[in-house]
Amino acid sequence: MATRIQSQARPDTLLLNMGPSHPAMHGTIRIMLELDGERILNSEVEVGYLHRGFEKTCEHRTYFNLLPYTDRLNYVSPLINNLGYVMTIEKLLGLEVPERAQYIRVIMSELSRVSDHLTCLAAMAMECGAFTVFLYKMKAREFLWDVIEQTTGARMTTSYVRIGGVRADLHQSFDTVLKKAVEETRRVLKDVHGLLDKNKIFLNRTRDVATISAEEAVAFGWTGPCLRSAGVYYDVRKAHPYLVYDRLNFEVPLGERGDNFDRYMVRMKEMEQSLRIIEQAAVRLPRTPGAVIVDGIEPAEAIKESRKKRVRRAVKLSANLEGSEKNISSGILAEETGAVVPPKEDTYTSIEGLIKHFKFFMRGHGIRPPRGDVYFSVEGGNGELGYYIVSDGSDKPYRLHLRAPCFHIVSALEYLIRGRYVADVIPTFGSMNMIGGELDR
Amino acid sequence: MEKTAVLDLLRQEFPREVKEAFSDLGDEIIIIEKESLLPIVKFLRGEPHRYDLLLDLTCVDYLGQEPRFEMVYHLYSLTKKRRLRIKTRLSEKELCIASLTELWKNANWLEREIYDLFGVHFESHPDLRRIFMYDGFEGYPLRKDYPLRKRQPRLRMRE
Repeated sequence: MATRIQSQARPDTLLLNMGPSHPAMHGTIRIMLELDGERILNSEVEVGYLHRGFEKTCEHRTYFNLLPYTDRLNYVSPLINNLGYVMTIEKLLGLEVPERAQYIRVIMSELSRVSDHLTCLAAMAMECGAFTVFLYKMKAREFLWDVIEQTTGARMTTSYVRIGGVRADLHQSFDTVLKKAVEETRRVLKDVHGLLDKNKIFLNRTRDVATISAEEAVAFGWTGPCLRSAGVYYDVRKAHPYLVYDRLNFEVPLGERGDNFDRYMVRMKEMEQSLRIIEQAAVRLPRTPGAVIVDGIEPAEAIKESRKKRVRRAVKLSANLEGSEKNISSGILAEETGAVVPPKEDTYTSIEGLIKHFKFFMRGHGIRPPRGDVYFSVEGGNGELGYYIVSDGSDKPYRLHLRAPCFHIVSALEYLIRGRYVADVIPTFGSMNMIGGELDR
Repeated sequence: MEKTAVLDLLRQEFPREVKEAFSDLGDEIIIIEKESLLPIVKFLRGEPHRYDLLLDLTCVDYLGQEPRFEMVYHLYSLTKKRRLRIKTRLSEKELCIASLTELWKNANWLEREIYDLFGVHFESHPDLRRIFMYDGFEGYPLRKDYPLRKRQPRLRMRE
């Protein structure tokens, strides 16, 4: 079947395919260009190459089970995706989250935001020829991901934020690792500012290229750094503060012209603000004494002992970061039974605990929010990441819809590159931060 | 006080079209007749409320109920910092609704997505084609009567 552009193209023009498999199309997206020389007369963007039926799959999984699927949406900042989903369910359940967990969530989502922006700008700079910048930024991202890996046990597919709190408490050496990561990222940001801000080649390819006005950006439903680059002040963290964002000091950087350079600059400045948030949150994080149990007895020993009598001593934190142990869960998980996984030492050492465990994981039991529908959004790396969930009172969502921020942003690509040169497609596309997992769902 | 002002105003302005207006879990929700979607949305978009951002547009399939489909629109007012959810039901026999493409540009892709996954038609949409699925895909995957693991027929290779 002929695509729209094939049937509408003028006979004297050239049709050129970019993608779906193209080095500059990170992710899989196809852009068909109708060219007159190097000028783009028309274009057609084809998405859907990474469609995996996320929404359909989620409708067939329980509320607890579908969390790992949300990791795979925006795979550069999975923690924010987790957070958005989890907070939507918490809104539906009316669940209160301990303060320590809230601060941990803030730190983790800001770390993800920085790594998201770093990845976007690294790829964008590399495609403009600044390979050094790419390596610098990847280096900084590696330090951030070290923090994430130490805390969550995974680099990308974290599933760390859980309904009612977070899965595991912070590592003992968290503060030192975090400090190092923040310092290194600051240094990289300074270097990148020096390399790119007044760089003639970079400026020529980004300044006043693919300009969008504030009205157009709003009409296209843009949110996040891309909308702010056009000068519209809208940030979910400020407009509808969630977690503890209203207690932290940070600014929302705005652009003026809405071109590629502004999108780059807004992201750069936003990273600095995110680092500010991380530092403040790390200081204000409520401390819990003995968060990590080191001198308890081994879990296997506890199970053995429980065959004869009830174990009353502390059980050592298991190496797989399973965070539902009783002593530490008070600070990082809500104590609502039925919404969070029961503590493991209860499950393995008492019959009531075992029953609770089964009641949580059995089909038709577990987390069953009341009937109704709910929309909740968080500020993702690309913009407003919203979940719309319809609950019918069972243990599976009746409908789960994701408001993917880059779906709206990419829908403006055809408009932005019309009349520009082929070479302009690459920085424009790079500055949008298209993430296939989120776009195609 | 101000919170319910929009809902009250909508009740006054469109007494017949707005079937219900209430707020739930902090979200403001109105349920309307499908014919009145465009006038209500145009009213909301103008002064003084300025719901100028079409946040989201989706559909829910309530299989077994009549009318079966429910369209859900989320509007956002940047000046008032307020969200509004508009819901309207569509019956299976008459599965079409007015398109919002003339008001918002992102409605183009959003409506294509709903057409692709639910089979809802949008009147006067400029380019209503599938967006995620390929041409030749049979059925609408997000409908409740579409099985999770359904196989699709093989397509012939294009020349």
